[in-house]
Amino acid sequence: MLKTRISKIELDNPTILASGILGVTKDSLKRVIQNGAGAVTTKSISKEPRKGHKSPIILTEGDFMLNAVGISNPGVGEASKEFSALKELKAPVFGSIVGTTPEEFVEVLQGFSKNDFSAIEVPLSCPHTPGYGTMAGQGTPEATHKITSAIRDATKLPLIIKLSPNTQDLSKVAKAAEEAGADAICAVNSLGPGMKINIDVKKPVLGFGVGGLTGPALRPIAVRCVFDIYKSVDIPIIGTGGVTYGRDAIEMLMAGASAVGVGTAVYYREVNVFKKICDEMESWMKENNYTKIEQLIGAVHD
Amino acid sequence: MTELPTIIKIKRIVDEAEDVKTFFFDYKIDFEPGQFFILWIPGLDEKPFAISHQNKEEIGMTIHKVGEFTKKLFLMKKGDKIGIRGPYGKGFSIKKSKSCVVGGGVGVAELSILINKLKDPVIINGARSKNNLVFLDRFKAHITTDDGSLGEKGFTTDVFSKLLETEKFDVVYTCGPEIMMKKIFEICEKHNIELQVSMERYMSCGFGVCGKCMCNDQIVCKDGPVFDSKKLRKMSEFGESARLRTGKKATLKEYYGK
Repeated sequence: MLKTRISKIELDNPTILASGILGVTKDSLKRVIQNGAGAVTTKSISKEPRKGHKSPIILTEGDFMLNAVGISNPGVGEASKEFSALKELKAPVFGSIVGTTPEEFVEVLQGFSKNDFSAIEVPLSCPHTPGYGTMAGQGTPEATHKITSAIRDATKLPLIIKLSPNTQDLSKVAKAAEEAGADAICAVNSLGPGMKINIDVKKPVLGFGVGGLTGPALRPIAVRCVFDIYKSVDIPIIGTGGVTYGRDAIEMLMAGASAVGVGTAVYYREVNVFKKICDEMESWMKENNYTKIEQLIGAVHD
Repeated sequence: MTELPTIIKIKRIVDEAEDVKTFFFDYKIDFEPGQFFILWIPGLDEKPFAISHQNKEEIGMTIHKVGEFTKKLFLMKKGDKIGIRGPYGKGFSIKKSKSCVVGGGVGVAELSILINKLKDPVIINGARSKNNLVFLDRFKAHITTDDGSLGEKGFTTDVFSKLLETEKFDVVYTCGPEIMMKKIFEICEKHNIELQVSMERYMSCGFGVCGKCMCNDQIVCKDGPVFDSKKLRKMSEFGESARLRTGKKATLKEYYGK
């Protein structure tokens, strides 16, 4: 009932672990798959090891989370050892790669040449790390086209480009990715950056000062972004941003997503949130006489 | 749901041992023994610690000076502000049976709230040397030092093994260097005794999302930091390896030498 697909990748259900939550180790991906995820995404990997920003790197307040992890990762050399023999895992694994230049993205990709990723995800949208994502201007239509083309030429794997919600040109950015050969769009990355100040010590709480906003507060913006992108491109969309309950996932599908990213919900509803969302989707679909996910995708545009 | 530091003030500071002090704060909070808290020095960094003292009005944390964060903390004075968040993780499961508590170094401090809740536990308090032992006056314990400067010369594991020749325990609780805890685990397995260990890993968020503290498929800050024998049997990385801040898998030697 919940089967769906992103490009040529078949998923048992539409929930995908979003990059940045758990995903540092192969065992953590396995744990998420055992808890019902239809696919998982690794933490973003750069060419060299990165320690990331100083703590606090994550805070939450009510319906939002702010994070400035700073793309901490062991570098592609170690990561390619960590994420070996992925076929053992019972769901597709998407490798997330970052770089400071188009050439560097390709170098990271080539570092993973022996890994069994089912797809490569490329965030051009991290809002809290100098040299990367929106802080390096990677989210413009021009930069998106340039980076996507370079990676497209270097791999046959399905290519997912992850976009920022912080732009007036979102449809143009998605179109640029599609024209450069992307197979899917992931929308959206975290919003902002935002800032939380502790008034008792008169200092920002996050070690980096500012961080990307995720969680339920981001959901209406993510839904609107997916809605807009669906109208402008023909490639599938992974709708990410605040999906916490089955109803949220269905809303995202109706806006135009073929699958949903689930990240911050691991905090709100524990690591078995994937199974919970799937169960909730199934019972809603049964009650409302839907039998297939395809009936929901883009339904609001009909 | 909210994860933000609450600002509290240092009330007093007590010297416990070489490079070990207890920081007291006016702060009331409920928690289970074995759960941990994260302290924030505004603008510097955060680190996880356990509460070692609790009464109606205050809590105390016994802290070993080991790195940049604790160095800065040791320069702070009465009245200085610090952030705290927590409690996090799963604590010890307290059994009404004959127990032994094995603490290595400042690990004894992490076990002290537990000790207060146990009925007549046998305690082993060990450290490298006399100057590194904590709470000699607070708990009646079998004392051991690596160099023999106080109590029996040797390791906590030696004292524990010897105790088992004459005593029977239903459950053992331990906190200290992981190499020590691994040996205690091996001894307990041989004697078929249930063990609960308090594990340390590089923790950032404290609530199970950043993925930095994984030990096999266990999220140490959320599923632990206390793990029992049943879980430990499946954790091949226990006593062997840990993740560095980048996520790289390292031997324990490399991890502690970081």
